[in-house]
Amino acid sequence: MTDQHEAEPSAEPAGATAATATADGTGPPAPAQPRGRLTGRAIIHAVTEGHSTVITILAVFVALVIGAILIVASDPVVLRAWASFGYAPAAALSATWGSVAAAYSALFEGAIFSPATISAAFHGGSIAAVFYPLSLTAFEATPLILTGLSVAVCFRAGMFNIGAAGQWIGGALVATWLGYAVNLPIVLHAVVCIIGAFIGGAVLGWIVGVVKARTGAHEVILTIMLNYIMYNLLSFLLSSHNLMQAPGQTNALAPGLASSAMLPHVGGPPPQTGVGFLIALAAAAATAWLLSRSTLGFQFRTVGASPSAARSAGISVERVWILAFLIAGGLAGLSAATIVQGQTAPLTTNSYGTYGFDGITVALLGRARPWGVVLAGLLFGALDAGGTVMEAATGVPSDVVNVIEGLIVLLVAAPPLIRLLFRLRRTGGTGPQAVASKGWSG
Amino acid sequence: MTTLTAPVRVPVSIGRRYLAAGTFIVLGLIDIFVFGIFAKRGDAVFALSLPGASPHLPAIHVPGALTSYVLGAISIGVGILRAVVDLPRWGKRLSIAVVLLCFLLSLLAWADAGNTVGPLQVIDLLQGTLTASIPLVLGALAGLLGERAGVINIAIEGQLLTGAFVAAAVASVTGGVWLGLIGGSLAGGLVGLILAIFAIMFLVDQIIVGVVLNVIALGLTNYLYDRVMSPYAATFNSGNTFNTIKIPVLSDIPIIGPIFFDANIFLYITYALILVIQIGLFRTRWGLRVRAVGEHPVAADTVGIRVLWTRYRNVILGGLVAGIGGAYLTVGSVGFFTSDISSGFGYIALAAMIFGRWTPLGSVAAALLFGFSFQLQTELSVLRVPVSSFILLMAPYVATIIAVAGLVGRVRPPAADGKPYVKA
Repeated sequence: MTDQHEAEPSAEPAGATAATATADGTGPPAPAQPRGRLTGRAIIHAVTEGHSTVITILAVFVALVIGAILIVASDPVVLRAWASFGYAPAAALSATWGSVAAAYSALFEGAIFSPATISAAFHGGSIAAVFYPLSLTAFEATPLILTGLSVAVCFRAGMFNIGAAGQWIGGALVATWLGYAVNLPIVLHAVVCIIGAFIGGAVLGWIVGVVKARTGAHEVILTIMLNYIMYNLLSFLLSSHNLMQAPGQTNALAPGLASSAMLPHVGGPPPQTGVGFLIALAAAAATAWLLSRSTLGFQFRTVGASPSAARSAGISVERVWILAFLIAGGLAGLSAATIVQGQTAPLTTNSYGTYGFDGITVALLGRARPWGVVLAGLLFGALDAGGTVMEAATGVPSDVVNVIEGLIVLLVAAPPLIRLLFRLRRTGGTGPQAVASKGWSG
Repeated sequence: MTTLTAPVRVPVSIGRRYLAAGTFIVLGLIDIFVFGIFAKRGDAVFALSLPGASPHLPAIHVPGALTSYVLGAISIGVGILRAVVDLPRWGKRLSIAVVLLCFLLSLLAWADAGNTVGPLQVIDLLQGTLTASIPLVLGALAGLLGERAGVINIAIEGQLLTGAFVAAAVASVTGGVWLGLIGGSLAGGLVGLILAIFAIMFLVDQIIVGVVLNVIALGLTNYLYDRVMSPYAATFNSGNTFNTIKIPVLSDIPIIGPIFFDANIFLYITYALILVIQIGLFRTRWGLRVRAVGEHPVAADTVGIRVLWTRYRNVILGGLVAGIGGAYLTVGSVGFFTSDISSGFGYIALAAMIFGRWTPLGSVAAALLFGFSFQLQTELSVLRVPVSSFILLMAPYVATIIAVAGLVGRVRPPAADGKPYVKA
């Protein structure tokens, strides 16, 4: 179930259809259609035949509609209005619309921009405030992009990394320790911490790769087990006062990092986009180069497409497993660095949040392509940032955002369903397939 | 693209025989140099009856350190035997069982040696093991029902969670725990149906559907919990639970009785399902067909087995089973639903299924191992063992990695697992 054009190294990018080239940010755009026709008819064509971008937009739309139904169906005001639908149908409809509109406009204002800040900016307010929601989106997206890349690298090498959470903790522990226990000058300190976080995550990934290569143990078991080991190791270290617990604390939390280890924010505190976001973009660029331009990446993709073929071609499959997991772990460690060094809050026993598992959905939505992961991470970052604002403004629990995110991934992965829903014509072939996972035996 | 033919051979750098032997010897050395040397002076006491039980068995006293030395020596002996002699299959299995048992007994001897708090309650430990294993066993069985037919089920976690939510809500609204159990099971089955539709009809990658269903189940139950269940808890989350059923005669047998025959309905349902699925898969026409579909759907189709129908049915059956496991988490134990109540049990069940090599009995054994570790941690903290509870909690996962890497190694899933079937 791999994507022909990317997973098979021999396939020429030029042979890809326009649909694949757009979904895949790594290759050059394929001149499948003459330039002049890319407007007008081509766009109509794309819409009626379910171009992958169109599929994605429709998937987001359907997910938002289902989310709206959830919001409405659990809103007591709306339910009461519907109970008297017979007397006042207009009131019921307007209550329904009001409930959805309030929630989704808060979501939008929390994630993209709020019209109020623009008019305020014209009347002497802060211009930075206009970009505040966008910066929150970028801030939320940063760790997701990095864990997404971590999962994506393993997907491309034919493996499933459920262990980004544990690798995240590995990176967080090293970065935190280097951040408070070591004294270094200002820029160097932050760089050392970032490298430490990469190594901390990479060590955990390396363990998985080595055990898999040496004994044939399955990476899904290994990563799940290592996650639980790391959750408990984190709790253990943060609650032992002679290890990593902040001095004079009874709660399980680490000391704060020295200010020299913190990542600077771009443009002052209110827009929270930090250097972390740039690290995520740089990591995406590096991963894109690695996967599509380097020999090692070629080997990754070959093993991902067919381990037995790779072995016959003289590629050391074990080496690829180890290196892919090492890099994946490092990327998850970097994700931790952006959080640990980007926030003033100290490391706690639940700092790892859901970054590891969200990384899986982000990688799936991004079709395991580095730039696809960046876009998927931004979309999820926007939904997360908006969800928090929505919960504060309207009381709708932000968990509904997770449902919407899950639905988006599910629907994007099922183009036939979207075509069925919107009566789109079927194109030749199955279209771009989502991700190269081949069950357990890869 | 996909490798329907022989799976990749992993050249194992050290022979599997020596790897297992080495693992045994390492475990034996841990018995001696960790549990033996660090044991407190004095006897370890194992109580074999619950306080106040009618035929009261005397507690067993053994010298702490000496026991660990002996058990360690036995493990090392078995390890050497394993390295020198090529044991038959049953011998290999027996050797694993012996070494694991030695390790556990040695650990327990260390934990209770010279203990002033009281004896180790063996009955409590084993009873707790069984109940803690119920959701893991049912989850693993659910996974294996789907995978034996060729559909990967990562959505076990989501099935447990929705099962738990619906069971708590239905039992609370109707006041009937049985209705809760049925509702929970049906909710799990519904998640199974969705998995089947996307995986079989729309040919979506099965791992994607599974992961995403887990995300959606978590988001949805959290959302409904915050928005509906928690504010109206008296209606939707009143915490009904099943009563314990003592099986007459059998529950009076010393040791075995209180462990196996004094629990609520879920334990008995679990026994029944293990039996039905084990016999069903390997002794009936249904099982043969399921396995044929999971190993070689083309061949199965050629002889007239309806491949897609078999897959739909099995994935939904799996969902129903996992839903019962989810219902256990609420109406079978604490009664109340809380956010993320399944807390990763579905993923552990998945690991247990792989660890158990896609066989019902193997999965059950692996699930019991996890259940035992969870319960052991509780018992050890009661005994005030001077080790952080976080380290103890870590132990089962470390043990699993050692077991998977050193003893089990490469496992072979059903050949067509995860591969959609499109009729040519």
